This record gives sequence, C-alpha cells and structure tokens, in this order.
Amino acid sequence: MKLWKLLEAARQSLLKNKTRSALTMFGIIIGVAAVIVMMAMGTGAQKNIEERISSMGTNLLMIRNGTNSRGGVSRGAGSSRSLTMEDADAIRREANLVVAVSPTVSVSGQVIGGGKNWYTQAQGVHMDYLYNRSWDLTEGSMFTDAELRARAKVAVLGSTVAENLFPDQSPIGQSIRIRNVPFKVIGTLEKKGQSSFGRDQDDLILIPVTTALFRLVGDRQWVSDIYASARTIEDTEAATEQITEILRRNHKLIDGQEDDFNIRTQTELTEMFTSTTAALTQLLMWIAFVSLIVGGVGVMNIMLVSVTERTREIGVRVSVGARGSDILYQFLIEAIALSFTGGVAGVLLSWGVAHFMETQQGMTMIIETWVVAAALGVSVSIGLIFGLFPAYKAAQLDPIDALRHE
Amino acid sequence: MQPVIQTSQLRKTYQLAEPVHALRSVDITIQPGEFVSIMGASGSGKSTLMNIIGCLDRPTSGNYKLDGIEVSGMGRDQRADIRNQKIGFVFQGFNLLARTSALANVELPLVYHRGKAFRNSAQRAKKCLERVGLGNRMDHHPSQLSGGQQQRVAIARALVNEPTLILADEPTGNLDTRTSLDIMGLFQELNEEGATILIVTHEPEIATYTKRCIEMRDGLVVADNQVEKQRNARTDLANFTTVTGI
Ligand SMILES: Nc1ncnc2c1ncn2[C@@H]1O[C@H](COP(=O)(O)OP(=O)(O)O)[C@@H](O)[C@H]1O
Ligand SMILES: [Mg+2]
Repeated sequence: MKLWKLLEAARQSLLKNKTRSALTMFGIIIGVAAVIVMMAMGTGAQKNIEERISSMGTNLLMIRNGTNSRGGVSRGAGSSRSLTMEDADAIRREANLVVAVSPTVSVSGQVIGGGKNWYTQAQGVHMDYLYNRSWDLTEGSMFTDAELRARAKVAVLGSTVAENLFPDQSPIGQSIRIRNVPFKVIGTLEKKGQSSFGRDQDDLILIPVTTALFRLVGDRQWVSDIYASARTIEDTEAATEQITEILRRNHKLIDGQEDDFNIRTQTELTEMFTSTTAALTQLLMWIAFVSLIVGGVGVMNIMLVSVTERTREIGVRVSVGARGSDILYQFLIEAIALSFTGGVAGVLLSWGVAHFMETQQGMTMIIETWVVAAALGVSVSIGLIFGLFPAYKAAQLDPIDALRHE
Repeated sequence: MQPVIQTSQLRKTYQLAEPVHALRSVDITIQPGEFVSIMGASGSGKSTLMNIIGCLDRPTSGNYKLDGIEVSGMGRDQRADIRNQKIGFVFQGFNLLARTSALANVELPLVYHRGKAFRNSAQRAKKCLERVGLGNRMDHHPSQLSGGQQQRVAIARALVNEPTLILADEPTGNLDTRTSLDIMGLFQELNEEGATILIVTHEPEIATYTKRCIEMRDGLVVADNQVEKQRNARTDLANFTTVTGI
C-alpha cells in the first residue's frame, strides 16, 4: 500500500471522529507545549543570567576577606580582616596576568546633597574599578591618580543616587556631604540595573579609596575587597593562582595553613547560576515527560478502541488481500498522525504562551529551532511507541473472526 | 484445462472440549467457467469449506490446489496475496467499508495489489461499477444505497482484480425475493461471460439458478449433481414483477 494512501486513510479516519481525536491529542498538545515553554524559559533565564553576570565586570576576580567557605569550617566571608592596601599594590606590581586592581572599602550612611537626603553606600575604590566592573561614566570624569594620592574629596554618583539627590539638574560640580564630610561631584555612572542577586547596583557613590580610608573610616590599611581583572578569560585560573601566592606570602601563611582570603571568579558564578537553572529545567522536563507519557497512553487507549470498533473493516481489508503488515502500517500511521498533529498543535500553543509571557510577564523566552524539532520528533516517537501495540493487535486478527465480528 | 479448485481429503477439525469435525474428507473439483452452489443445513460445514477455498483459513489436513497451485501449506502473507490476485469475495452482509464511496470500496483490492497489473485502479473500479449497473452511484456511500445496490457494489469489488474464482457466502441471505433474483441474474450473466462462481446457500430455490449443486451434511459431500432444470433469474424476475405488480 502506498504511503500517500495510508496518510489519506489516516486523515479520513481521524476526521471521522473529530472530537475524540482532539481529546486524545490533548495530552500530547499539553506535553509538547510544556516542553517547549520550559525550554524557552530555561534558555531565556540562562541568557539573562549570562548577561547579568557579564555586567558584573570584565574577567572579574573578587578577592574577599575570610576563609573560602569550601575549605572546611568557615568563619564566613569578610568576617576577618586580612586584606590591605599593600596587598593590592603587591598584586598590581607582581601579578603579570592581572591587568587592573582596585582595593575597595565600603561606608554606608546618610548622604546630603541638592537639599535632599539619601541613605546609600560610599565605596572607596581605585580608578581601575571602572575597568574591573566594565563601567562607564555618563557625565564628567573619574578621579585621577593625583586625586587618589591627594585623598581628594571628590565623588562619582551612581545613577540611583544622582536621580534621587539631583532629579532636575546635572550633579556635576555640586557639593554633597557623606557622613558630614563635603565632597565635590565630578561624574555620574552609567545605569547598570539589578545584579544577579537582585541588588540595585546603581545605588552607590564612588570615592577614592584613600579618601575613604583616611577621612571616613579612620583606618589606614584594611580594605574589605580587592577587585582584579585577569588579562583574558582563559587566564582567570592562572591569575587566581598568582594572587593566591602573593597574598599568602604577604600574609605570612605557612604551608598547610588555610588562606585567610577567598577569590571568586566570574566563571564560578556563571556555573553556580547555570547549575541552578539546569536543575530547575530538569525538573520541569520530567513533568513534561510525564505528561507526554500520559498523552501516549491516551493515544494507545483510543487506538485500541479504534481497532475493536473497526474489526470488521480489518476483516474486509484482509479478505481482499491486505497483509498483516499493511494493517500494521495503517494503524501505526494513524497513531503517528494523531500524535504528530497533537505535536504541531502543541508547538503553536507554546508559541502563544511564550508570546504571552514575554509581552505580559516581561519574561525572556527563547524558543530554539532544535527544541521545536525535538518536540515534534518526540511526538512522532510517542505515536510510534504507543501505536505499536494496538497496530500489532489489529494485524494479528484472524480474518474469519474479524469478518464475523458484530 | 486445469481445474480452478481441486481438493482431496480436505479435513477441518476444531479443537474444543471435544473435537468438532467441521469437514471430514472433502474431495471437490471445479473447472473453469462452472457455476456451482454448495447446499446444506446450518452447521453442515459450508462456510468452513468456503473459507478454506477462499484461503482465509487452512485445512487441518488434506490438499487443496487453486488454479494449479498447492495453497494448503501457505503462510499468512502468501495466502493474502493469493486472495488479492485470484479470489473475489461476496458476503451475506455485504461487508463494505462504511463512510467510503462505492468507488473507493471497489478499488480496495487494487490498493493492496503488489504487481504492476493495474495501473489505473480508479478507472478499473469505475468500469466494474458500470458493469454491475451502478455507474451513476460511484460517489454514494453504502448507507445511501439499498441492500441490492450494496451487494452489487460488493460484486463489483469481487470483479475488480479479475479473479480466477468468485466466492459468495449466502449472497442473497439478507435480501428480499425480488432483489435476490436480481443478484442471481447478475451472477448468471457474469458466469455466461466466463466467470467461475461458487456460492454457498441453504435455500434450494437459489441453487436452481446455478449449473451444479453440491450438497453437504455433517462435513461431508453427500450429493454432487448438475442442475437439471436450470432456471433463468432474469425471466423469473420479469414474471415475478408481473405477478406481484411491484
Ligand atoms: N471457529 C470455530 N470454532 C469451533 N467450531 C466451529 C468454528 N467454526 C465453525 N465451527 C463448527 O463447525 C461446524 C460447521 O460450521 P460452518 O462451516 O459454519 O457451517 P455452515 O456454514 O454450513 O452453517 C459447525 O458445527 C460449527 O459449530
Ligand atoms: Mg455458514
């Protein structure tokens, strides 16, 4: 029997029972749509995370106080004081795989300016900080090396701070007071948005680290973090080793003694987030898988009913010369047509849902072609797998019994 | 000429709680062009014999040559091909595919044809429908046709593959007298055109329209005679119509 005849027969048979066919497809439709929507969500979330993490900076290495939580009992990151200005200088001098180093110290408090009040964080940094974080200015300029050395009272405002203190005017040249110390605004930062941890990255003021240490903290050497950038992404690991070596020597740690600092790389953070989304996607995939199986069982059930209903038809076909294989193919193609049509409907539904979630929920949905192809492939396979038993049953019918069937 | 059907010591035993001997050594020879009826009471083994002759079933023992080919030992697929190429079936209950046009029903055997003999199957099916007088009903579905017309479609289907043998099991069983005569008339015409036809019936009336009558009882052939006064169904139908005025 020719393929197009089989397809035509399948089409007719499915159209004869429109409601039943549609209901049977329901499971497949939901399953396929679920698979594609989940994948679209996963891929979208992945892309978001990658964007956010890359917005953290360039080949970033974050050196923080305290033991690495992976090294046995942790006292918690930042709980001890070990990093100094001298450490930052040593890294800058000696680590040739590191291109920008910025010791950082944070001071939070009330900021007054433009006749307004804003509670925020002043971050003492080195000029390199802008490179570390891939950050640009929208207005004005960053402080210079001279200003850094002079512990100048100059400030660069994050966009949130600038908007809140100076909503109607340019903040450049204005005067603000951080913990009652007057600063002159010399620049504003480009908007960065939320961090991957959900914090507003623009709610800060950058000031020279020296100024922060000497005029706000009153402590001249301990810093909270050191930001550094590896020369290239591939150098990340080697750069981490260089820094570790320098810091261990500076901190006079002997062999076997734990690091009193920890270094987080961007790659690690990406992996951390990727594995969380991967776990979520996997869970959702299982749910979709189960609904596809349920859909498949529905197909099998309806095909078994169909074989019983059409026993006489099978008898007639066999009596005029259909072989067992002809009957097998006929029912198999019908099952595949059923689940494939369901698959196509599922793809259309998933497009609708993805569109809705993107426009109404503001989610990033990315439907990849291979996912659609795979979903359709899966729906064909389901028809094949769950159609096989009913089709085999039909093919095995005895023609005499089949013709006598009422 | 080589016989169309030649059986020797054909037996069929159904293994139930105690064995049922549906056929107990049947020897039949039918030549090309014959028009044979198999008569007998219900349960005498007519259908069993018909099914074996039609290659729907296999004998428990014995030999059966169809058109010179030994078919008793053939497997399912081989028998399917034999049915497709050499046999046309007509059933008591018509056995047409519902919700399919008359034309598609007639075309069905050609759909499963494995040779290249029938290129234009729709054309062939059309011719056969015209032959049975339904050229104007090709697109009708079985439910839109009368019993007699449905049986004509079934006969057209039995003709479409140009079979060596037409087998009809109680072809008039579901039809009224008038329509039965009509159908028997059609069989007579086909036989005159050269078709070899074997029909099963339990009505002696029907047997008188055939040329040879084989009688069965309890799985055995008890009589095998030429019909002495073969009646003409067309004439009888004409008389029947005048008498009853239908
Ligand atoms: N599939 C079967 N299983 C068991 N016994 C059967 C089967 N088919 C027919 N028989 C028995 O074989 C005998 C002949 O049946 P059948 O050929 O149908 O007779 P007929 O067609 O002359 O009425 C009957 O006794 C019937 O009960
Ligand atoms: Mg019978």
